[in-house]
Amino acid sequence: MSSAPAINPPQASQPDPDAQPIEVALVGAPNCGKTALFNAMTGATAKVGNYSGVTVERKVGIATTPEGRKFSVIDLPGTHSLRARSPDEEVTRDVLLGQRKGERVPDMILAVGDATNLRGALRLVSELKKVGLPIVMILNMIDIARHRGLQIDHEALSAELGIPVIPATAVRKGGLDLLWQTVDPLLKAGLAEPQPSSWEVPSTHDMRVAMREAERLVNAHVIRPPEPDTVSAKIDRVVLNPFAGPVILLAILFVMFQAVFSWAAPFMDAIDAGFTWLGGIVTAVVPEGLVQSFLADGIIAGIGSVIIFLPQILFTFLFILLLEDFGYMARAAFLMDRIMGRAGLNGRAFIPLLSSFACAIPGIMAARVIDNKHDRLTTILVAPLMTCSARIPVYTLIIAAFIPNRTVLGGLSLQGLVMFGLYAAGVFSVLAVAFVARYVFAREERHAPLMLDLPDYKMPILRNIALGLYQRARIFLRRAGTVIFWATVVIWVLSTFPLPPEGATEPAINYSFAAMIGKFIAPVLAPLGFNWQIAVALVPGMAAREVMVAGLATVYAVGGESGLVHLLADQWSLATALAVLAWFIFAPQCISTLAVIRREAGSAKWMWVAVGYMFALAYIAAFLTYRIAVALGAG
Amino acid sequence: MKASAEKIETCKCAYPLGQCRRGFKGTLVSVCPLAGENGYDADELELRLLELGFIEGASVHVLHEGPFGRDPIAVRVNDTTVALRRSEAMAILAE
Repeated sequence: MSSAPAINPPQASQPDPDAQPIEVALVGAPNCGKTALFNAMTGATAKVGNYSGVTVERKVGIATTPEGRKFSVIDLPGTHSLRARSPDEEVTRDVLLGQRKGERVPDMILAVGDATNLRGALRLVSELKKVGLPIVMILNMIDIARHRGLQIDHEALSAELGIPVIPATAVRKGGLDLLWQTVDPLLKAGLAEPQPSSWEVPSTHDMRVAMREAERLVNAHVIRPPEPDTVSAKIDRVVLNPFAGPVILLAILFVMFQAVFSWAAPFMDAIDAGFTWLGGIVTAVVPEGLVQSFLADGIIAGIGSVIIFLPQILFTFLFILLLEDFGYMARAAFLMDRIMGRAGLNGRAFIPLLSSFACAIPGIMAARVIDNKHDRLTTILVAPLMTCSARIPVYTLIIAAFIPNRTVLGGLSLQGLVMFGLYAAGVFSVLAVAFVARYVFAREERHAPLMLDLPDYKMPILRNIALGLYQRARIFLRRAGTVIFWATVVIWVLSTFPLPPEGATEPAINYSFAAMIGKFIAPVLAPLGFNWQIAVALVPGMAAREVMVAGLATVYAVGGESGLVHLLADQWSLATALAVLAWFIFAPQCISTLAVIRREAGSAKWMWVAVGYMFALAYIAAFLTYRIAVALGAG
Repeated sequence: MKASAEKIETCKCAYPLGQCRRGFKGTLVSVCPLAGENGYDADELELRLLELGFIEGASVHVLHEGPFGRDPIAVRVNDTTVALRRSEAMAILAE
């Protein structure tokens, strides 16, 4: 009986390297602490990816029991019911019912329930039992429940439900001991063969019956304290107060902005210095020529210009993860729902859009908190319109060159006002495009309701935050290593070849493909008041918006920003400058963002939709700005 | 005829939760969305509300109102707190 291989299913008992390990699925409602449990079970082995064709995050890790058995754990998207109503919940249902292509059916379900609020979890278990897979129910966060004075008779629950019911906590040492003590013998004995599923979509009658049964179980086996928890209620009384609530939200946002813009700056400078140093070494070691240019100007400068955003991304996510774990995110959605709802967005779109002020990439990634498919898509498509930090170098250059540095309206800086106007234009365009999108592609879709649990507040678990940040960083860096790397190479090739002829007098870029493309598209951009130099600078500017500044410096062959400011003030008309600003409010000049849209929206189609509508808006806005400015005598 | 008269009696003292102000405390009488409202299937909305704990007999307490236009509302249902818009809360009758 030492290892009892005979009882195991055949594929698990043989030492065949191709044999698949046992797969255990974590299923539970959002906020039940499922992710913390997953992290505690699998440590840093987790791999985060996407389910094919959808934006839904797929997390798989390896757990090792104290007796040394390894099994894989899949963290299925949170759901209240198998009656799926969002893409995430559909994934959970389809994986469990074996209806999802490319996903194997798990061998066992770990049904995770929040011990402080068992009713919903018990109802979900009643549905899960019909799926036909072996089930173990986990009363998660049992430490918090005990702390509040809840007494749960898990043995009686286990007897009534006919499945093991185990109290557990992900955050304390030894919190999973009982879980391992139950799972190890189960795996040792071999899991039961799955039974055919008898699950079907519940009717409202079934739902009432199931809710009443869950209620009965709770009343029978859970002793509640005479005094219910009041901490969350007290916090909510302040945080959701109609006056204090929005003020607190604004204060949190202000700190978040500070973090993203100021605290991230030293790290960004360090990364910048690092890449400059690396480029310097390459320039020193590799002889001058194409190879040196490719390594230093192409790869190192290109990858560096993307990785420099990593600190901003991590700071954004640090705040998002902290607020999410604490339980504040649902409150922010509650406070902002009415305003966002006017534009056809969900209250939950608020934080992703806000993050996009730093960079659209974390914003688009943060849109995952939105559970409704169309709301998420709309948010992803409009997020790049928020004024990201990469636009700042372009805006400051043109403002410095064309907007007089004087005060108006009693002490307000005119340059600052223009900057503010550009930010406001970004926000306005987000709301306007979302409003239009609602009518264009969601016409026959039901509008998304806001119905969400306001969970009890909890102290964030640092380990979870750290793992979350690590996973975001990995996703971002992996992309920087692939898509963005190749985009950089292509843009370097375009701006380098063909090489300038011997004795060329003009800057090298003027003989390149970029110049040819620029001169080719120049007639198209001429109605906007753009000269061919601007058109040429826009080509490398596709890599990232701020590269446009370097592009202009190259085309006009001036060094230093102050030189460029004087030159532009001399060469461009005010109308042209204003048209360029209008262009940059909308134009999708960032390959990384487009790559993320493609990834997060699950198909290239939506990326092209974003490219199309943003270029169209940019063109129209620049055209109108130029024509109106010329008509007013600024030509 | 008597049965329907009684039903009307019950409805007279029950309020749609969507019209209740902050501080309202009561017992849930009925969850009955009307078809075609909110762009939803009535059954779908009913199922969602049931899932969140809005079931006949539950105690309900309107804890908070949104800062803009008093919408959405946060409702204590038994021992959980749920946020929803007033338009959906109209489907819930409480007394």
